[in-house]
Order: sequence, then structure tokens, then C-alpha cells
Amino acid sequence: MLQEETDLSVIIAHIVQKLRSSRLSTQLGFQASVSLQKPEIKLESLKEDIKEFFRITGWEKKLQNAVYSELTVFPLPRHPAAPPEHLKEPLVYMRKAQGSWEKRILKSLNSMCTELSIPLARKRPVVEQKELLNKWNEMGTDEPDLSLFRPVYAPKDFLEVLINLRNPNYENGDHLNLRTHLGLIQVPLKVKYISELKDYFIELSLNTGQLGIDDATQVPPELFENEHVRLGQKVLAEQDSAAAQQYVRQGSPTALRAELWALILNVSNQPEDLLYYEQLKSNVIQHDLLVDSLIYKDVKLTASNDDYYFVFEDYLYQVLLCFSRDTSVLGHFAYNSASPPKSYIRGKLGMEDYAVFYPPNGVIPFHGFSMYVAPLCFLYHEPSKLYQIFREMYVRFFFRLHSISSHHSGIVSLCFLFETLLQTHLPQLFYHLREIGAQPLRISFKWMVRAFSGYLATDQLLLLWDRILGYNSLEILAVLAAAVFAFRAVNLMEVTSLAAAEAVLADLSTLKVMPLLQIFLFATVT
Amino acid sequence: MSKSKVRKGQARSSVAVLPKEEGEAAEGPRTPASAPGRGWRRRAPPRLRMFLNAQREEKQKNHCSKGHGVSKVKERDQKLCIRFKCAVMNTLLDVLRCRPGWVEVKDEGEWDFYWCDVSWLRENFDHTYMDEHVRISHFRNHYELTRKNYMVKNLKRFRKQLEREMGKLEAAKCDFFPKTFELPSDYHLFVEEFRKTPGITWIMKPVARSQGKGIFLFRKLKDIMDWRKDVGRSDDQKDDIPVENYVAQRYIENPYLIGGRKFDLRVYVLVMSYLPLRAWLYRDGFVRFSNTRFTLSSIDDHYVHLTNVAVQKTSPDYDPEKGCKWMIQRFRQYLTSKHGPEAVETLFQDMDNIFIKSLQSVQKVIISDKHCFELYGYDILIDQNLKPWLLEVNASPSLAASSQEDYQLKTCLLEDTLHIVDMEGRLTGKEKRVGGFDLMWNDGPVSREEGIDLSGTGNFVANTHLGCNNDRKKQLRQLFHSFHNRKKVTG
Repeated sequence: MLQEETDLSVIIAHIVQKLRSSRLSTQLGFQASVSLQKPEIKLESLKEDIKEFFRITGWEKKLQNAVYSELTVFPLPRHPAAPPEHLKEPLVYMRKAQGSWEKRILKSLNSMCTELSIPLARKRPVVEQKELLNKWNEMGTDEPDLSLFRPVYAPKDFLEVLINLRNPNYENGDHLNLRTHLGLIQVPLKVKYISELKDYFIELSLNTGQLGIDDATQVPPELFENEHVRLGQKVLAEQDSAAAQQYVRQGSPTALRAELWALILNVSNQPEDLLYYEQLKSNVIQHDLLVDSLIYKDVKLTASNDDYYFVFEDYLYQVLLCFSRDTSVLGHFAYNSASPPKSYIRGKLGMEDYAVFYPPNGVIPFHGFSMYVAPLCFLYHEPSKLYQIFREMYVRFFFRLHSISSHHSGIVSLCFLFETLLQTHLPQLFYHLREIGAQPLRISFKWMVRAFSGYLATDQLLLLWDRILGYNSLEILAVLAAAVFAFRAVNLMEVTSLAAAEAVLADLSTLKVMPLLQIFLFATVT
Repeated sequence: MSKSKVRKGQARSSVAVLPKEEGEAAEGPRTPASAPGRGWRRRAPPRLRMFLNAQREEKQKNHCSKGHGVSKVKERDQKLCIRFKCAVMNTLLDVLRCRPGWVEVKDEGEWDFYWCDVSWLRENFDHTYMDEHVRISHFRNHYELTRKNYMVKNLKRFRKQLEREMGKLEAAKCDFFPKTFELPSDYHLFVEEFRKTPGITWIMKPVARSQGKGIFLFRKLKDIMDWRKDVGRSDDQKDDIPVENYVAQRYIENPYLIGGRKFDLRVYVLVMSYLPLRAWLYRDGFVRFSNTRFTLSSIDDHYVHLTNVAVQKTSPDYDPEKGCKWMIQRFRQYLTSKHGPEAVETLFQDMDNIFIKSLQSVQKVIISDKHCFELYGYDILIDQNLKPWLLEVNASPSLAASSQEDYQLKTCLLEDTLHIVDMEGRLTGKEKRVGGFDLMWNDGPVSREEGIDLSGTGNFVANTHLGCNNDRKKQLRQLFHSFHNRKKVTG
């Protein structure tokens, strides 16, 4: 009891401290002082009256949303005496693995830099600045010579690192023994069983209406869809983050999705946000970073070639270039097992005073990074709002997909969850694929790293991301990956090589996500 | 999804390119029937090929009568044999060859079905005798709808008639065509209009050419003064008219942009007869994007303003890997998430209005021959106020595929067209939907609801589903299942 109370007070203190420095507290203070003019506010019951005033005018809701947002995003220290590294990642061997992976990436970046003799950063000459400003809305028309650049790493390189992760407390030896896992991931992480998943994803059950299933043409809209849309409109009218998050677990109607996601992520388009975006834009114009070329290359290679997202090419540049200059993103490294790479001013290597984070936001893009942004272009058309939504999505979810950690939504756990689900529920398929040298994770890894962006049809992808937001967890990606294998199990049983297995699973664009998830979770005989 | 894209023009066929008059049917170097370079040509399954071969042998053993369209072998014999001829060498040929019971005839053989091109039509239609069951894929004087100058005339006339009969409000529904003047005949009227609204941009289009050829934009009369001098040098020899006709049309300066790019819609409408007017609307279609960003400052940049894929392909930016098309379903979803379902519903209703009014305007002029049907490709442009504008109607929409998705769409489109033409006699004539086609107009508006005609009341919802879910396979199964049941009953 006492422990809980102490925990709670720690949590409250922590949140109060965070919010006190935010814009919201200034606004609340201002609103409170304005309210003093009102006749309802009496000196005797000042506190209650002001609280009532906040409640009526919707400011209380905004505060609630901010608190909820903090609770969701920022994990709290499990123990008051825990050092900050534990917040990033409690397991030492994982931290070490992440550290050495980062060293490799940085080495690769530096060697590319010296090879091409391009500085990591340079100030643009005025002429170039003017040119870029003119072309800001159509950077896609630019065709810089990118042939010498290569992406710093691709998902499959990262997979190799994960495969070689070992827990030093386990004596595995070099040969197979009882403790060796049949899949590729060899670390013992705690993941949910299917019974736990059924409880966790209870809103996806067969008895509950879903968008993605119960809005199909044959189903009369009165049964579910109309009511659900009405409910969505009510949630938006109330402007309640927590309610919105609960609501989208059953899917979000297309027309309401943009606003609902903004509400859940607590993104509003304040003038300060616009100003901030403009400032980032001017940073882009003034300085050119090596990372920019990597971004260009990535967009040209992935999103521009995609049937659906090529149209949004220009938006992608506008978002990603600004993203790499945004130092507020550094805040998320407090709970990300990764650390931002450091670079030193020329000639001052090793001297901390001359260290800067490079890129300014600490995130080095890899091959396929732009696909995180592309589906969002479908919903948000105004660059600064699109930017904020993407930044929020990144610091809440996407960063976990390319850093090594033991978090239940981290990519390692997702891989392990996927393999466990497959082994437990489709043992024959798993064994067969393993025998022919087609470990299932080799195929599904790229889907999960990209959160299925670019593999599923956009409307299905957005339904999937609804659930990611709704459950505040990426575990659904692993479940979907397993469900896809289950769906194509018959064909997969007949293949005899990795290439053939890849071919069976090459095209996911016709899949309907929600029926697959429902069947796998709730309708498979275990 | 990075799809492997088609590279047009990789394989050259030795077949001479047939001259095409209008629409987009001329695609340049022919690729062998269907193979858009990557080998996904569909071949008839072995059983069917044997069956078709057997049919051919059978036919050769039997006699051949004179004239086109020997009546097909009775169905009761279970030997369905429909002889077809096809002037285009692409997706359509695949679809026809795969159809059970359909046999290709070459050169001078008799046929029951001919997907012809318009030049053949012009030369031979009047001297050809056709049996009752024979079908041909064009109306004799389709150019009343598809030639820009005729269409303008017909639409203007129809609008006047509507205004007389039903008032200004109804006539205003015909205002989906930007102000157009035929040149050189209406030159003075055009100049008058031009002077009334100075500073706006006009677009000059040749009446009978396709694929964006010969089109240019202008803002000053001086620009076309120079052109007028050159007009004698017309090089369109295939045209009957000695001087090439142009139309000057008001250019839509505020098109709806997606990703900063201009686009237009291609929608397919199948007309089975004009008297009475029976028209079907296909659920799928696509959106064609311009490859460069839209700006009014570069009038000379041919590539920005014309979204025709043929022109885009010659743009220096053009990357064939990019494929500048979206399916209409995705476009509809995009608009819904941006503007809400009601606005989108209104937009699509306005488009329905375009299709119907344009067909009604030529209804009395086109010779409605029971042998004819026609698949039109409508080009629609949407402006920033979500108002649709009709750019043109194509009688020979391109059936070549530029990607796997495109191939899929066109194959299904053509299969469903052939289902509706119904040479096999499987339909009752009461269907409101066949595969991906919805019956849009059946001598009157067609309602989604069954039973009584609610067109007078406010509850009328049109039976069109453009951009909606197309579960055609399932629908076709149900449709033909009931046909089989009927057959069993009648013996």
C-alpha cells in the first residue's frame, strides 16, 4: 500500500514537473487570470470556481489529454533509485549490443563521408539557399547525382545483428541443445501467449463490430457502421484523448481518422507549432547535411517507386529534411535504448565541449525510412501538421522498430513473438520452412520493421495503424505477420526453397487485415 | 508496393500499325498480343485449348455459308461457337481468346463478333450485311459524341432544348463543359468571348487527333494569329475535311491538385443502345497524374498541362518505373478522408450527371443500330471546388496495359463488357449489375433500390458505384449460377 502511494506520488511529481515547463501551463495560467474578470469567480471559493471554469471551457479536457499523453509516452522509473540507463533499457547485454550496432552505423557513415569527401554538414551559399527556397514545394523535381551514396544500412543487416544477440547468462555452447530456440532469435524474452493476446486484443473479437469487416458492402450499415461513426463524432466533439484511443481500437472511419489520430497523439495546430516548423525549414535552407542526400536517395528508391505514394514525394522531403534538424526529438532518447551519435568539430575529436549530435535529431535514416511518413500523407495535407503527426508517431512507436531493446513493443520482442506464435500454432509449417532453409522471420522481418507500410494496400494499412494507436503497442504487427503465414500456409507447405517462399508471400496488397487478425486470434483451433 | 512496370515498345511486331482516327487506340509499336514485355500473357488452360481446336476442326468439316454472321450452333448441342474478329492486338485479344466457345477468325472469314476500329467502320459498315445476332463494337456515327466540335454542338443544342422545356435550373446541369468554340467557323464569336474575359488562359485542341498531339495553350490573340497563318499546313491526310478543325476551349485554371500535381479521371461507360438509351457504368477506373508540378507560369511546358499518358511518356522527367496512375477507389478514399463522405458523394453524383446528359444530348442523332454497342472512355477533370468537368469522350479508349494493375483492370472491364453483350444468351435482360458494371440508365434513371421507381421522390439513389468496392467475381458467380439453374429447369 505504502509502496503504491509512493509510486503514485513519484509519478505525479514527475508529470507535474514535465508539464510545468510546457506551453499548456502558461496558457492555463493566462486563462485563469482572464477568468478572474468573470462574475462567477468569487474570492472565497477561488480554487473551486476556477476549476469549474476550466471544466466548462474545455481547458480541463486539454490538461487531461496532456497528462494522458505523458503517461502513455513516457515510461516511468520502476524504482526511484534506478539509473537513467535502465529507463532506456534495463538489460545490460541489450544495451551493449545496441552500442556496438551504433558504432558500426557511425563507422559506415563516416567512411562514406571520407570516401566521397563530403562534409557531414556545411553551410549553404546564399545563391543555393535562394534556389532551395524557391523549389521548396517541388523538391522532387530535383535530380541530384546520388549514385555514389548508399543507404547506411538495410533491414536485413539489422536482422543479422538481432540473430547474433545472446544472453551471456545462458550457457548455450556452440551446438544445439534443449535451450536453443528453433527460430532465429535466441534470446529468452517474455512475450504474450495467445490466450493473453486474446485478452489484450479483446476489442478485436468476433462479437465486436470492426471497421475493416463490418463495414463491408454486404453488411447493412445500421448494424454497426452508422452507430460507430456517430460515436466517433461524439468523441471528437468531446476532444478526449483517452476516449479516442479506446475508440479507434475498433477502427476509425475514413472521414474522421485524421482528427482522431491528431487527438490521440495530442497534436494541435497551434501558431507556435507552425513557427517551429518554419524555423526547422529555415535550418534546412541554411545548412546542408550529408544525411539529406541519404534521405533523397531513400525517397527516390522506395516511395517514388511505389504506385500509391509517388504522388507525395514532395511532402516526404519537406517532412524528413525538417525532421533531421529537430532537436526536440532528442528527448525520446531518454527511453530509447539507442543513443544519438556524436560528432566532433573538425580537429577536436574526443573533446566533449566540441561534440554535437549528428544528425541534430540523432536519428540516422536507413533504407525504407521514408515509408514511415508516406501513409500519413494520405491523411494530412498541411506540411506542418503532417510533420508533427509523424514526429509523434516516431517518438512513440517507430523508433522501437530499429533499436535493440527488451521492450515488449521492441523489434526483438516482436520477432520473438512472431516466431513463438508460428511455432505454437503452425508447427508443421514452421518446421517445413525451417527444413528448406526458409526461416519465416527472414521473410516477415521486413514487414515488421516498416510496420507493413508499402506492403499492404493503404486503406488496410491505415486500419492496422488505427489499432497500433488504439492499443499503444506494436505487438499487433507480429500477430498480423503470423496471420499472413497462416493464411498462405497451404501454398507454403508446397514450396521447396527460400526464393519460392518469398514468392508466395511477395504480394500482400490484396490482403484484408482485420479478418486475418480475427481469425488468427479468435477462430483458430488451438 | 514496388511493382515491376511495363516497358512499352520493347517488342516489335511485324503487323502493320492500323491507322487510327481518334481516341487513344494508337499506342505506337505493337507488342505481341498482350505481352506487355514481362510475360504475364494469359494462355487458355490446356483443356480449353483442346476444346477450341476441336471446335475449329469441327467447323472446317461443316459447311461455311455466305455473308457474315452464320447463325451460331444451337446451344442445346452444348457446342457453343462464336467467331470473333479483333482489330486490336493487346489485352482484348487475350480476353477474347480465353473466352470459352469463342473462336478467332482471320482475314476474310465470317464473324459473329467484331471489335473493329473506326476506320474500318467508316469504310465498310454501310455495305456490310449483318445477321440479327451479330455484334460490332462501334456505332456508325459515334463521332457525334467523340469529336470535340460535334459534341459541343450537340450539347449546346440539348441545353437550349432543356431550357425551353424544363427551365434554367435543369439546363444549368449541362454546364460541365468548359466554354468551347469551333474554329475557324466560330472565330468571331470566340473573339467576342475572348475580349469579354481578358487574361484567362485558353487551350487549343485539334478536333480529330488523340494522345495530346497538336494541343497548345495561349493567353493572347496574337499567339493564335501566328497559328492561323500556319493552319494550311495541316498534315492529317486521313481526315476527310481539307482544313483541320480546332476547338478553342476555356482552360480550367484551378484544377484540383494532389501532391502538387494535376490529374484527370478515366471512367468507362458502356452504351448498349441509344433508342432506348441503355448505359452501364464501370466501377473501376483510374486517375492519371501529370508528371510535373502544376503551375500556370509555364504555358509552354506541354508536359505539365496534359495528363494524357502518351504525352507524359515523352516528358524528360518520365520514369516508366513510376507509373502515374491511381485506381479510382484509392482516389475516392483520399478525397473522403480530406473532404468527408457527403462532399464526395455530391462529386460522384455530378459525374453521373455528366455521363447521362452527354449521352442524352446525342441520343437522337446517333443511329441506334441493334448490332452496335460502344465502350466509351470519359476523361473528367476536377477543379478545386470539387466540380467535375468533361474534357472529352473517347470511342476507342486505350486497351493496352501499362502495369499489372492496369492489365487486371482492363481484362476485367473487357470480360464484363462481353458478358453484357451476351452473345451466349445467358442474361435475362433484367439485371441491374453484371460484374463490375452497374446499369446507370435504362430509358430512365435506375435506382439502387428494388421495385418501385422513386425518381420523383427525394429518396432516389442512383445505381452507380464508381470508385466503390468491385467484388465482381462473386457477383458473376451468382449471376451465372442462376442462369444454370434456369437452364436445368427448361432442359
